[in-house]
Amino acid sequence: MSQTAVQNPDANSTDTGLDVELRKVFKVFNGETAVRGVDLEIHQGEFFSILGPSGCGKTTTLRLIAGFEMPSAGEVVIQGKSMTYVPPYRRPVNTVFQSYALFNHLTVWENIAFGLRIKGLPKAAIAERVKETLKLVKMEAFTNRFPTQLSGGQQQRVALARALVNRPAVLLLDEPLGALDLKLRKEMQVELSNLHQDLGLTFVMVTHDQEEALSLSDRISVMHEGQIEQIGTPSEIYECPQSAFVADFIGDTNLFRGRVYALDASEIQVVTETKMKIAVQKQSSSMSWNSQEAVVVSVRPEKIQLNLEPSCVQGNCFEGRLKHVMYLGTHVHCVVELNSGDRITVKQPNTFASLPDPQTPIYAYWTPKDCLVLASRDTA
Amino acid sequence: MSTQISSPPTPPTPKSGPQASPPAGIWLGYLGLLGPAGIWLGLLLVLPTLVLFELSLVPGLEPGGLVNPSGLENYLRVFEPVNLSVMKRSLFFAGGTTVICLLLGFPVAYWIALLAPKKWRNLLVVGFVLPLWTSSLLRTYAWITILRYSGVLNTLLTSPNPWLSNLGLPTIPRLELLNDWPAVLIGMSYGYLPYMVLILYASLEKLDRRLLEAASDLGANPIQTFFQVTVPQTMPGIAAASLLVFITGLGDFVDPELLGGDSTMTISRLIYNQFLKTNQWGFGSALSMVLIMLVSIAIALLLKFGDRNAAG
Repeated sequence: MSQTAVQNPDANSTDTGLDVELRKVFKVFNGETAVRGVDLEIHQGEFFSILGPSGCGKTTTLRLIAGFEMPSAGEVVIQGKSMTYVPPYRRPVNTVFQSYALFNHLTVWENIAFGLRIKGLPKAAIAERVKETLKLVKMEAFTNRFPTQLSGGQQQRVALARALVNRPAVLLLDEPLGALDLKLRKEMQVELSNLHQDLGLTFVMVTHDQEEALSLSDRISVMHEGQIEQIGTPSEIYECPQSAFVADFIGDTNLFRGRVYALDASEIQVVTETKMKIAVQKQSSSMSWNSQEAVVVSVRPEKIQLNLEPSCVQGNCFEGRLKHVMYLGTHVHCVVELNSGDRITVKQPNTFASLPDPQTPIYAYWTPKDCLVLASRDTA
Repeated sequence: MSTQISSPPTPPTPKSGPQASPPAGIWLGYLGLLGPAGIWLGLLLVLPTLVLFELSLVPGLEPGGLVNPSGLENYLRVFEPVNLSVMKRSLFFAGGTTVICLLLGFPVAYWIALLAPKKWRNLLVVGFVLPLWTSSLLRTYAWITILRYSGVLNTLLTSPNPWLSNLGLPTIPRLELLNDWPAVLIGMSYGYLPYMVLILYASLEKLDRRLLEAASDLGANPIQTFFQVTVPQTMPGIAAASLLVFITGLGDFVDPELLGGDSTMTISRLIYNQFLKTNQWGFGSALSMVLIMLVSIAIALLLKFGDRNAAG
């Protein structure tokens, strides 16, 4: 463990080795474009996630890398070699399928040995590597079972072992944990993360579960309607979303549509369609805005504070009424209707002793640096 | 001893109310469901089979007053070389037809189930099964006109062919297909192919395509995928279709009789002759019992084979 822990940051920081590259890849199915001009560079040893809602083209993108689909245009490069039209069985990648796709006429052992037998490895070598991989996924006790005799989590492990035993350059995971219950999913997330660290392989995972993507990935690409909205580390994606779609899809957020009405060196003033005036701190990375430009302001629910007294020392403070409270154990979700008519969600830690009744005025407050201005195109 | 006497009386078992166990009437009702088919099977299958078995043991059913020394004589005759060769020929026709149908039918079923456009599939299946809508006797007579010495096939083959003569090749001689085993195999294969395709199609259509992708992902080329995934996955269907064709072929009477001529005596023709031509009912019954045994063995194999695959 300690060894790999030392190795791993190196592997990530050396940006020279690219394992997978997609160059301007398009995929059209019967006149419908599933993937439109995707550019991706996945580094060696990276845990890369493709995240997006269903139908965004993320699975098609993965299938293009695996070779199950040929692109309508563009190029797929794996480890420096163009693989655009190479069939799946000649690509140095292996897939863990969403449905596991285990061979139910073969035992666990035979399922895992399938790839090695096809390659014609000597029997002793196959036996050794299968045994090693069974140990890796903790399935030694189930060698002679058939897949139908296993639970979902066990089948998941066999699917993982069947792919890993071939020592692929890239491991592709298609919603690998989607079919598992919450507790098992958490366990498998930890194991996937450990496996990735121990093996140093490139993992490419497709998921619609943003929490899973945030917790496991080195980098995430967020897809929407066949295009990549943003690529970045989990914190970049969460803290600095570059579009309203990303802000809304990753975590919860409150979005206010409006126009820029004033600009200075440090702050942007936005007036919303409901005549709220919001001050937003300029971000170093953010693009420049013009006066009167249509924009969206995003505020995360956990960045908003609720007070019974107006406390407008600086920043944004708006009066409203508490409309609805959702109790969620560790925290509380409050829906507040502001006097402007906007409804906002506020996430409070579960320490708010007594919540005011709906008639009492309540003040929602956030600082200019806790919100973001985003381009208003294709808001979710 | 004493403990038995002094032991406290066991609490009375609760009386089984009407909810605890279904009243006997329901079971009678369930049996009633079996009634019509059961009576049908009993009267038309079990009873005749028993009668047949009895006949096969009874000597002296031959005309001319010849009396067999024992009932088993009929069975001993079945194993005379002449009759064994008839059985071997029957197995050859049934087995050959099964192999031909499997080799011809699998690619067709595979194509319809996996490669053809989805909206055409039902139409293609119906099209393939269409020959079943005509009488098998008619189809067999059609084959006679095609295969006979002066038939359609030979006329086509021996008609002046500019390509062959231009290449300096000799013209094809007329083929003697009718009244021999090739005609029987052709006729039987033609007749049973739709059954084969239908059952294989049903099996292949259920094949999980993701398994084919998984095999490809693991490095198997299309041929390896076919033999290591597609065939094992559809084995129950292959077994069921093959055995159906084999069993039906073993009892086929029309094709060998009409297409095969005198040289293709099969077990079903032999049985027919015993009952309707030579009046040796005892021997005919013994032959029938042997045929039933052969078919039963085939079905037993199917059940065993099918079960093993279902468990896997």
